[in-house]
Amino acid sequence: MSAHASHAPKRSGLWDWLTTVDHKKIAILYLIAGGIFFLAGGFEALLIRLQLMYPESSVVGAKTFNELITMHGTTMIFLAAMPIIFALMNAVVPLQIGARDVAFPFVNSLGFWLFFFGGVLLNTSWFLGGAPDAGWTSYTTLALNQFSGHGVDFYVLGLQIAGIGTLIGGINFLVTIINMRAPGMTFMRMPMFTWSAFVTSGLILFAFPAITVGLVLLMFDRLFGGNFFNPDAGGNVVIWEHLFWIFGHPEVYILILPAFGVISEVISTFARKRLFGYSSMVFATALIGFLGFMVWAHHMFTTGLGAIANTLFGLATMLIAVPTGIKIFNWLLTMWGGQIRFTSANLWAVGFIPTFTIGGMTGVMLAIPPADYQYHDSYFVVAHFHYVIVGGLIFGLFAGLHYWWPKMFGKMLNETLGKWNFWTFFIGFHLTFFPQHFLGLMGMPRRVFTYLKDQNLDFGNFISTIGAFGMTIGTILFVVNIIVTANSSKRAPADPWDGRTLEWSIPSPPPEYNFAQTPLVRGLDAFWIEKVAGNKGMTPAEPLGDIHMPSPSFLPFMMSVGLFIAGYGFMYHNYVVVVIGLLVTFACMFLRSVNDDPGYHIHEDEIEEVKA
Amino acid sequence: MKGWQQFWRQLSVFGLLALALTGCGREELSTLQPSGPVAAMQFDLMKLSSAIMIGVFIVVMLIFTYVLIRYRKRPGQQGIPKQVEGNHALEILWTVIPFLLLIVMAVPTVTTGFELHKTYPKEEALQVKVTAHQFWWEFEYPDLGVATAQDLVLPVGKKVQFTVTSADVMHAFWIPALGGKIDTNPGQENKIWLQADKTGIFYGKCAELCGASHALMDFKVEVMDQAAFDSWSKGMKGVQAAEPVAASAASAAQGQEIFNKSCLGCHAVAGKGGKMGPNLTNFADRERVAGILAHTPENVAEWLKDPQKVKPGNNMPNLNLDDAQTKALVDYLQTLSVK
Ligand code: HEM
Ligand SMILES: [Cu+2]
Repeated sequence: MSAHASHAPKRSGLWDWLTTVDHKKIAILYLIAGGIFFLAGGFEALLIRLQLMYPESSVVGAKTFNELITMHGTTMIFLAAMPIIFALMNAVVPLQIGARDVAFPFVNSLGFWLFFFGGVLLNTSWFLGGAPDAGWTSYTTLALNQFSGHGVDFYVLGLQIAGIGTLIGGINFLVTIINMRAPGMTFMRMPMFTWSAFVTSGLILFAFPAITVGLVLLMFDRLFGGNFFNPDAGGNVVIWEHLFWIFGHPEVYILILPAFGVISEVISTFARKRLFGYSSMVFATALIGFLGFMVWAHHMFTTGLGAIANTLFGLATMLIAVPTGIKIFNWLLTMWGGQIRFTSANLWAVGFIPTFTIGGMTGVMLAIPPADYQYHDSYFVVAHFHYVIVGGLIFGLFAGLHYWWPKMFGKMLNETLGKWNFWTFFIGFHLTFFPQHFLGLMGMPRRVFTYLKDQNLDFGNFISTIGAFGMTIGTILFVVNIIVTANSSKRAPADPWDGRTLEWSIPSPPPEYNFAQTPLVRGLDAFWIEKVAGNKGMTPAEPLGDIHMPSPSFLPFMMSVGLFIAGYGFMYHNYVVVVIGLLVTFACMFLRSVNDDPGYHIHEDEIEEVKA
Repeated sequence: MKGWQQFWRQLSVFGLLALALTGCGREELSTLQPSGPVAAMQFDLMKLSSAIMIGVFIVVMLIFTYVLIRYRKRPGQQGIPKQVEGNHALEILWTVIPFLLLIVMAVPTVTTGFELHKTYPKEEALQVKVTAHQFWWEFEYPDLGVATAQDLVLPVGKKVQFTVTSADVMHAFWIPALGGKIDTNPGQENKIWLQADKTGIFYGKCAELCGASHALMDFKVEVMDQAAFDSWSKGMKGVQAAEPVAASAASAAQGQEIFNKSCLGCHAVAGKGGKMGPNLTNFADRERVAGILAHTPENVAEWLKDPQKVKPGNNMPNLNLDDAQTKALVDYLQTLSVK
């Protein structure tokens, strides 16, 4: 086809990981980094719960407690949940649409490293004078210099760096899904997980700029004495809330939609049935994404927006229950008449349904503004959003990880450990968060480092902490499972679950180029159609030929390091460091622009070798 | 199968737990035991919405359990289940029914929403201005010419129109048993009305993260009958219009001297002093010290000795008092009563 380099630059070990642009390896990087941050966030949660186990206890101090809740929330949302979603999207989406890679592999790697260094920068605050302590929402004026410590600067800069990474990652997936689908893979034949990745990426595209604007303004206030949010100088504190939630509400859907996608895949595979009401599922996903942008002010009912705004935003919020309800019933009907196998992956998916339903129910209750005046900022809200993000998203992620683990790593997770993992986590979860509904109704505000003895809040808090131990055991069992699996020698087959979508038509783990020949898609559940028709695999849409691959590159890593350095320069008002950091980044960008790297080819005969 | 037994056992434990928990909660604090019309209206909405939602949940769970038991894969099962594309009638059904349920909730949402946002002039309601500080509460009664801190005093059965703001960061003003909360935004004023239909003490909270001692930013609401309230406000007004009276007992007089030197800059007593800290005119009548500690001489002394230990991050400096000074101050503070 062309004359340029015909072999992959040989790279191995650490160097391979630092320079890879292969979406499957980037998926693993996201999973490892996100997993580590998840453990950190979980450890913070455990400390929080230990402190609240008994009234008036002093496991950690008041300030440390505020740092813990802030870091727990921020870490879980930005550094654990989002990256693990990106891990699954990277591992699965290109395979599900029959593509060889994402649209911009270089940008994909850059997105990962920006997230990673943003997260590292944020967490170094623990060792550099204290973590942020103004809550993950960083409401002003509490988040201004006069009222909070240096930690908030880490929040402002860390999240900006990580945020760019997420934004470009989202754009990459939009372009990938629009442009890289295999022949025959129309939008209405895309697997649900790909659909949810698509809508999620759209939400990222519109939501992240809002937080970026907010963070930049906050940075000006904190670092350069701006007064955007300082009421004493004519600033307005409510503007921050709007900017934060215009991002923050869609963010919740950015988190939950991919979980919906996973559940749709897992339930239909393990019921051996096609998804019930596919087109209404697609419609519901898009509608939830759209409505997600219309309801941000429901986080601000007590801010004083007035009766009209509160009522309208309340009613708009309630509407989301309709498409969500459609989804729940469609899942139930997907299982109806099926042959349900209770693998660990499916346990998580099945456990998701009642749990998420409870989270959705309390969501509708919260959408009633007059009632929300009682719920808001109380433990009722803590219970609600954990039912949604842990009971929804984390359950979904566990389902997805158990389901796609063989595809990602070529090994099957241990089913027995998987089941223990599920039951301890599931029971622990409900013990932790169910009583919190009542704690809130009984007058316990959120973000309190302690509560007084005479307020009848002891029992619920005690149970809640016991539950947190259960979740901890569950999480540890998952880690054990990973280790056991990694050390076992049993290889996973290409299609261990009798899957329905394209990723199961290629080996586990897939070769570098995914598909030796791009498959021809003939309908929804493309692979299943071929299997039912008695075919061995997918019908190819192209003859076997050389495959063009992008070159690995160290530049994304270095670009992110540059911003990481500049971040410290900004925080410590050392502009030499800022300039050095930015120079590193810009130099890498320059190199990337002038260096015309044509990539390389994998030859036809090498491909045959793998296939045989 | 074993998993399912566990699941049911767990579900019944939750049910019991739920019942047990709703049964308790303190009347002074719980939103589940409303003591005024606002909290009652909100409680009605909570009951309505949770009833509807529990109904939905039961339906989901019935289908869920049926499906899981009926359609689990049995050993030796052959063939592929029928691949069903969907069912328009069903899909329309579960779009329309939730919609109708939402309308049932939407109507009272709108009416109650507007009801709660009414504002009342001074002819119809007692006016109270609330200013939140890190980490204490300031209450002013502009029409009565009275100011107090930490303990909010209200007449029973009368509407109270609050105007709330903050002197530093965002806080939220919340008296769960009387009604929902409203944020106190620096640089802005918000309005909310509440009414207490029972005399007694209620607990108030700060509900918005406001710094280290956010958890300790409690206050008490003392609801008394109208006559007692009138006499309280008259007493307060008289005292606050006048100079502080000289303490008579020797120890208290000594305490007053220290107070005038070290404390008056921030704390007002009667008609004199600063507004940086809580007004102490009726300190001895308070329910709590610093909003949280039982009102005993030992606790007053503990606070004076080291305010940071009681409420980390608060703005009162450590005055480095010795024991004798502390005792004298406690004695003086115990004389500050208007009852
Ligand atoms: C490992 C199990 C978890 C436990 C035991 C737990 C527990 C807690 C607790 C006790 C709080 C503090 C509530 C308060 O005082 O206001 C909290 C806050 C929060 N959690 Fe979790 N959590 C867990 C997992 C997660 C996950 C997986 C996420 C998101 C993906 C998450 C997101 C949040 C957020 C956003 C906050 C609010 C932080 C703030 O107030 O600034 N949590 N969690
Ligand atoms: Cu406060």
